Amino acid sequence: MTLFNTSTRPRRLRLGAVAAGAAVLALGLSGCGPAATSPSAGPDSNATENATAELSGTLNVYAAASLKQTFTELAHEFEAKNPHVKVSLSFDGSSTLVTQITQGAPADVFASADSANMKKLSNAGLAKDSPVDFASNVLTLVVPPGNPANITTFADAAKPGVKLVVCAPQVPCGAAAQADAAGAGLTLSPVSEELSVTSVLGKVTSGEADAGLVYVTDAITEGDKVRSIPLTLANTTINRYPIAAVSTTKVPELAQGFIALVTDSEGQKVLKNAGFGAP
Amino acid sequence: MPVLVLPKSNRQAARVQGRTWQYTGVPKWIYLVAAVGALFILLPLTGMVAQVNWGQFGALVTSESSLAALVLSLKTAAASTALCIVFGVPLALLLARAQFLGQRILRALILLPLIVPPVVGGLALLYTFGRQGLIGKSLTLVGIDIAFSTTAVIMAQTFVALPFLVLSLEGTLRTAGQKYEAVAATLGARPGTVLRRITLPLVLPGLISGAVLSFARCLGEFGATLTFAGSLQGVTRTMPLEIYLQRETDPEAAVALSFLLIAVAVLVVALTYRVPKSPLRALVSPEATP
Amino acid sequence: MTLEFKATIAARNVELELTLDAGETLAIMGPNGAGKSSVVQMLAGLLKPDSGRAALQGRALFSLSPGTLWLPPHERGLGVLAQDPLLFPHLNVLENVAFGPRSQGRGKADSRASAAHWLREVDASELAVRLPSQLSGGQAQRVALARALSTEPELLLLDEPMAALDVNSAPFLRSLLKRVLAGRSAIIVTHSVLDALLLADRIIVIDGGRIVESGPTATVLAHPRSAFAASLAGLNVLQGVLEADSLRMRDGGRVTGRRIPAFAEAPQAVGALEGLAAFAPSAVSVFLAPPQGSPRNCFKVSVGELEPQGEQIRVRAGALSADISPAAVAELGLEPGAEVYFVVKAAEVVLYPA
Repeated sequence: MTLFNTSTRPRRLRLGAVAAGAAVLALGLSGCGPAATSPSAGPDSNATENATAELSGTLNVYAAASLKQTFTELAHEFEAKNPHVKVSLSFDGSSTLVTQITQGAPADVFASADSANMKKLSNAGLAKDSPVDFASNVLTLVVPPGNPANITTFADAAKPGVKLVVCAPQVPCGAAAQADAAGAGLTLSPVSEELSVTSVLGKVTSGEADAGLVYVTDAITEGDKVRSIPLTLANTTINRYPIAAVSTTKVPELAQGFIALVTDSEGQKVLKNAGFGAP
Repeated sequence: MPVLVLPKSNRQAARVQGRTWQYTGVPKWIYLVAAVGALFILLPLTGMVAQVNWGQFGALVTSESSLAALVLSLKTAAASTALCIVFGVPLALLLARAQFLGQRILRALILLPLIVPPVVGGLALLYTFGRQGLIGKSLTLVGIDIAFSTTAVIMAQTFVALPFLVLSLEGTLRTAGQKYEAVAATLGARPGTVLRRITLPLVLPGLISGAVLSFARCLGEFGATLTFAGSLQGVTRTMPLEIYLQRETDPEAAVALSFLLIAVAVLVVALTYRVPKSPLRALVSPEATP
Repeated sequence: MTLEFKATIAARNVELELTLDAGETLAIMGPNGAGKSSVVQMLAGLLKPDSGRAALQGRALFSLSPGTLWLPPHERGLGVLAQDPLLFPHLNVLENVAFGPRSQGRGKADSRASAAHWLREVDASELAVRLPSQLSGGQAQRVALARALSTEPELLLLDEPMAALDVNSAPFLRSLLKRVLAGRSAIIVTHSVLDALLLADRIIVIDGGRIVESGPTATVLAHPRSAFAASLAGLNVLQGVLEADSLRMRDGGRVTGRRIPAFAEAPQAVGALEGLAAFAPSAVSVFLAPPQGSPRNCFKVSVGELEPQGEQIRVRAGALSADISPAAVAELGLEPGAEVYFVVKAAEVVLYPA
């Protein structure tokens, strides 16, 4: 059946987006920015307390690849609190996940690594409520443990002859890299613009590249395999992570409960430990 | 010349004969299952074609980055196919003709790139030819850097495509047998002459179809290239990488490029498969060609 | 002596030794799997014996255990014509024949001229620009012969050259070979008695990897000692004990005939002498009732099978056979199981010691 659906479904969604998109967008923009933490944290934590005994079922969480470690931990916590709930996690690039969800993947919660991809979900009319930012991330320079090119500053990495690897501008980490370079007044001449942070890290850990630009959290995850050199910029580009329930979810209470866990103090602690910044 | 008329009419007769009804022995239900199998491949392609924004198609595929990716893909795939022929023909000959210790193991190992995920192939190349790799270390010392270069793309493509050529050619060589080669030898032809004037012309159709398969595989190569060569416009970012990247921001461009890649592949395969099926009969000498 | 050859192959249980004089044609016969083709392959350099040696015009082709000499096929200077013409399918007829001279290093024009010459020799000039796929079996074999001759080999090896030809093409190639082989050194592997008789000066019969009979063609075929040679010759051969001008068989029957001079002059052995009586199927007449009078041998037999033998029908009955015309078969109403009498004149029966 899916074979026959693929060609027709996106069109229907696009038509829907025209009608609903504008309204959702307007609501999201007005509500999201200033009041991200306080309005959602208060009532949601209550909801978690109240619903604990009743919650049951399976919750499908689609989350950006960089959230793998933290969300796995949070999912375990959620399951521990709600013994009848099973959390099923799916990690991938944010854009891949959005494409999957708009094509009918059974996601209940979507956590994106950037607002652009969350916007795609909203535009498709698939975001249940306005997305909420729950974490932020900044870039850092990483070099192989031996630091073969003797890099100590961001400027060093932009020198000719240095094999610098970054993300392509089309992906969030690449856009951030461009912005940071502009902020530092540098022109980067990378030997490769990778399709994902993972690829950048791979090139650095294997010693193929002299330096790479990745998220702080990625550098922490890699441990000893890379050395991290902070960019030390006046205005670092901050990448914010939004989360939202998917409007087609059949378990809205579960989705709400999980989002509450991520955004309340407990979830924030886990994220902070992993290197994420406050939203 | 009457001599020229005869072969022509002969061939026409053969062609007509090929179309007359002959018993095939294929059960009816086979057609049904085969049709489902064909649809399984064709429908997703149709689905994709239906997504192409034809109004913008020209603009989408002629953007600077798209053209750079297409040109790079065609160039590297051509170079890789050439390498596949250079190394694949001797390998296929050894596997099909020679008898030596470890032949079966060698065959299994050469076919390995067909089985392992391309990303694994890319890692293997990285740990061999990369800056810290087995051979790459020494190469770096003499000033040869392979990673992040077009050379790396060609190596990754050759690595994954070589088995296609070897497999196809070895099969043709085995089918052709060694009888003609033995006759040529008794006529005083040295092994080199036999290879050039008898063996290669006889297996040319197998060689061509193997090369086409390799070329197509090179065009589609993604994992090994991404892992080993990186991704930079005009240098290492081939069509599949460009498609993957465009998908992030501009799905319409990705679909358009996908269609273009399929069209190029279909075109290449269709053009080359015009070479007639019955190789031995159809390699018509210049005199008899109309 | 043009050729000396001696070889053993343990795996195929082959142990052979033969020689060939200059200008001589030797026929090798024997049942399937006897090792006939192995001889050709070893000489051509396509099959390596465990041990042995071969020399052509005093030039060693191989010398193994002792020795490690093994000339590759392209350095042997032999011409090979097999059952399958194996014309190179991608080259036309002229290019096929020119392949040999070209491979020997001769120029393109020279090679083509030579090819044209050899095509004339086999009456195939008009086929020059055709492709092998456009030739009949007989035409292809003629071209293959021209190709084998084009290198002017010191020895021509023919491996059942007419086995795959239809009845209409075989005679033409046979007479062509007769012309070509005159004065040439050649070895022909064949199943056909006719080929052996017409083309070969000498014959050897191989069975089980060993030479079981050898001699001038006419002698071996006229007086076969091995069952195979006899069956090849198509001769009726009866075993028994020789008496003055007859052979007494074990079942008590008696066959009268002529003792051939060569054996008649041989010193007579004391006591019973094992011997053979041979006569050609064409010498046998078939009757429904035993004929009266004339001194003829008469055998009462039951017809086994009827099969075409050239223009004649071969009537097989037990160990004997008779060749008679189809009209006679019809007239007699012969069919398997019929009781008939095989009659042969004493003059047609040859007696000789085993």
